[in-house]
Amino acid sequence: MFAYYLDLALRSCRANPVLTGLMVLALGLGIGASMTTLTVYHVLSADPLPGRSDRLHLVQLDAGQLQGWRAGEEPDEQLTRLDAQNLLAEARAPRQALMSGGTAIVQDQAEQAEARSVSARYASADFFAMMGAPLRFGSGWSAADDAAHARVVVISHELNERLFGGADSSGRSLRVQDTEMRIIGVLAPWRLTPHFYDLNMGSYARVEELFVPFATAMEIGLNRAGSMNCWGNERVNDPLAAGANCAWMQYWVELPDAQARQDYRAYLVAYAERQRQAGRFERPPNERLRSVRAWLVHKQVVPGDVRLQLWLALGFLLVCLTNTVGLLLAKCLRGTPQIGVRRALGASRKAIFAQHLVEALVIGGAGGLLGLLLAWIGLLGVRMNPASYAELARLDGPMLAACIAVSLLASVAAGLLPAWRAAQVAPALQLKSQ
Amino acid sequence: MSLHLGPIFKTLRRHKIAAGLIVLEVGLSCAIICNAVFLIGHRLAAMQLPSGFAEQESVVLQLAPIRKEANVDAATQRDLALLRGLPGVQQASVLNQVPFGDSSNNGGISRSADAARPDANASWYLAGEGWLASSGLRLLAGRDFHPEEYQSLALLRGQPDASIPGVLISRTLAEHFFPGESALGKEVYPGGNKPVKVLGVIETLGRVRPGDVQSQGDYAVVLPVRVGYDAGVYLLRAQAGQREAVIKAARAALLQADRRRVFEPALGIDELRQRHFQQDRYMAWTLALVCLVLLVVTALGIIGLANFWVRQRSRMIGTRRALGATRGQILRYFQLENLLLSALGIALGMVAAYAINLALMLNYQLPRLPLAYLPVGALALLALGQLAVLGPARRAAALPPVQVLRG
Repeated sequence: MFAYYLDLALRSCRANPVLTGLMVLALGLGIGASMTTLTVYHVLSADPLPGRSDRLHLVQLDAGQLQGWRAGEEPDEQLTRLDAQNLLAEARAPRQALMSGGTAIVQDQAEQAEARSVSARYASADFFAMMGAPLRFGSGWSAADDAAHARVVVISHELNERLFGGADSSGRSLRVQDTEMRIIGVLAPWRLTPHFYDLNMGSYARVEELFVPFATAMEIGLNRAGSMNCWGNERVNDPLAAGANCAWMQYWVELPDAQARQDYRAYLVAYAERQRQAGRFERPPNERLRSVRAWLVHKQVVPGDVRLQLWLALGFLLVCLTNTVGLLLAKCLRGTPQIGVRRALGASRKAIFAQHLVEALVIGGAGGLLGLLLAWIGLLGVRMNPASYAELARLDGPMLAACIAVSLLASVAAGLLPAWRAAQVAPALQLKSQ
Repeated sequence: MSLHLGPIFKTLRRHKIAAGLIVLEVGLSCAIICNAVFLIGHRLAAMQLPSGFAEQESVVLQLAPIRKEANVDAATQRDLALLRGLPGVQQASVLNQVPFGDSSNNGGISRSADAARPDANASWYLAGEGWLASSGLRLLAGRDFHPEEYQSLALLRGQPDASIPGVLISRTLAEHFFPGESALGKEVYPGGNKPVKVLGVIETLGRVRPGDVQSQGDYAVVLPVRVGYDAGVYLLRAQAGQREAVIKAARAALLQADRRRVFEPALGIDELRQRHFQQDRYMAWTLALVCLVLLVVTALGIIGLANFWVRQRSRMIGTRRALGATRGQILRYFQLENLLLSALGIALGMVAAYAINLALMLNYQLPRLPLAYLPVGALALLALGQLAVLGPARRAAALPPVQVLRG
């Protein structure tokens, strides 16, 4: 039966090539636009650490001054250096890492390669294990290296390519500004989407090229980068000093389950209370402990423009669908006499309905294929966009499946009303008017 | 010309669904296009925000020492002397930041010492000697800093009690703090609780990163604090048409003075502006493209349905023609019908446009859709509808009466 309907549908499409073409074009445009924006949205709202992101949590404490305080206010996103170091020293979570962004000028030891400024991350030892950083050669550093302010670094795959032509450079030396450092690890190509552990560097920034133990970076005076918030009435002369009232460090902890989260939260409250008694904190404890996902939602990490484009494309798809429904309806009604004849010859309403739905599916399928092609072109266009996330916009398996599902769904939605109308055609009346 | 709306209504009532779909399509298009055009306007306006700098003549040089400078102040002074001596350079200075640049320093500033929270958030420009001439900014009132008023940031850091002799503020900030009166000589509190005198008001001085939907007005403050070149940029003002030559000469001179430095590409502030608004420009084009395609789809929908109607009603048209209706009357019948449907759709679309705008206002801090957009959108869609229906209507009018009746 289906083959027969398919034949009828193709015949009907051939009989009205312009109208059919218009419908396919409209559906294709709608599906293409919405799939393009949906893909971008899907990529940008991705989970940076699938399977592990619910265990990592960002710690926020409220170390601000009492002046101008409003109860219940969101505390600073970052910690002061002193608090971050205190928490790290007390190490109450299975894993924890303090960190900050930076920039440094690097050169190979022989100073053959051109000196270049690279993005850096200064962190404590657990960073690599917590973030699931893939190491190609060597390893990360240990807590002992942190304590010893060891002159060691881990470099990115890209930096290793540039300076050492991709060879195993672990054990070799690198000149970082004024200091000679030993490379102990080289990362495999690694991109975190989004760059969740420090969104100040750009939500979709690339992973840093140089990783240095935090204590070492501070000791040799490497440049810091990122956002910083200072408070108080005293002028801050050295914001990077441990005692300064400046928040500029990110602090992440790994907590395996709800119990651990609860315990850690209690510990943070107790810590803040202790700091208040010592006269350092002025405000009542106001801690936050957000998982990666909660953090990304809180920071509205998907750019407003992308959300706007998604809504725009869905609106556009709606217009295209309305258009297709209207044209399909027109086509159905034009075929009214034939439907009457078929009905008079014994076709059931169900059969007429099915026949027209198949026709809608054929048009929808063609529209979907066109949409797929347009989405592919659209994503090419998105990748030419100047935004940092542009290169990430690619169609993957799930999105391809979604694309096909959306086009079939859209065509069924567009075909239902005309098919129903066609099934309503009364046989006798039509024969009479012939 | 008499308007025979009666028969039109009667026919439309027989095709409620098809007519409803056209109304819906026009309405949705109208709602989306009104808001998209409004968004485009909003982006374009943000891109035009003046910085106050002589953007076309500017050169921004950013460089970093490979090894730590022992005396970054001395190196900066040496570089500046070199730059000022180059042919084609009007003036050179060192600033912590320039509009649309990579680094952005903003802070609170208050009118009184006891403000619980800063009264305004402003961009903080730390500027060394020659900043006014090299930037091309214009003083509206007051004076520039005197040479002895500049201090080095490195030295200031060592003295917790040191104070700043005065600041210059942007006109918008002056009006915000001292509405209706002169800001000159008044005291402001730029961070902390030490008062600083306002020495001058700058006509226009933009934020480092304008165009953020959340950013307040163009509030900016200039402090006579000289940063080292490692913590800021050199700003040069080139003579007209000399920019390329100046960039080349400046790079060569700076490298000759000290080879051990890393340069960022030199850009003018106009180029930084281009870069800063790339994303907005891209978005404006995307929106424009969507509007255009939406119009085309809507027009095609109208043409398709009108064509179908003409064919379906050919018997009625033939009868009317045989009974003496002119071609003009048939033409007008279809145009009137479309006008009616479009008007209905537009009325619906206006309501939807406002609803969408309301959602945008809540989610994107956008202003209210100006009423002026609605009649413009309405007229555009009406014209589109008339244009789309013209073809089918003319075909209907051209139908020969006798043949139709016979067929």
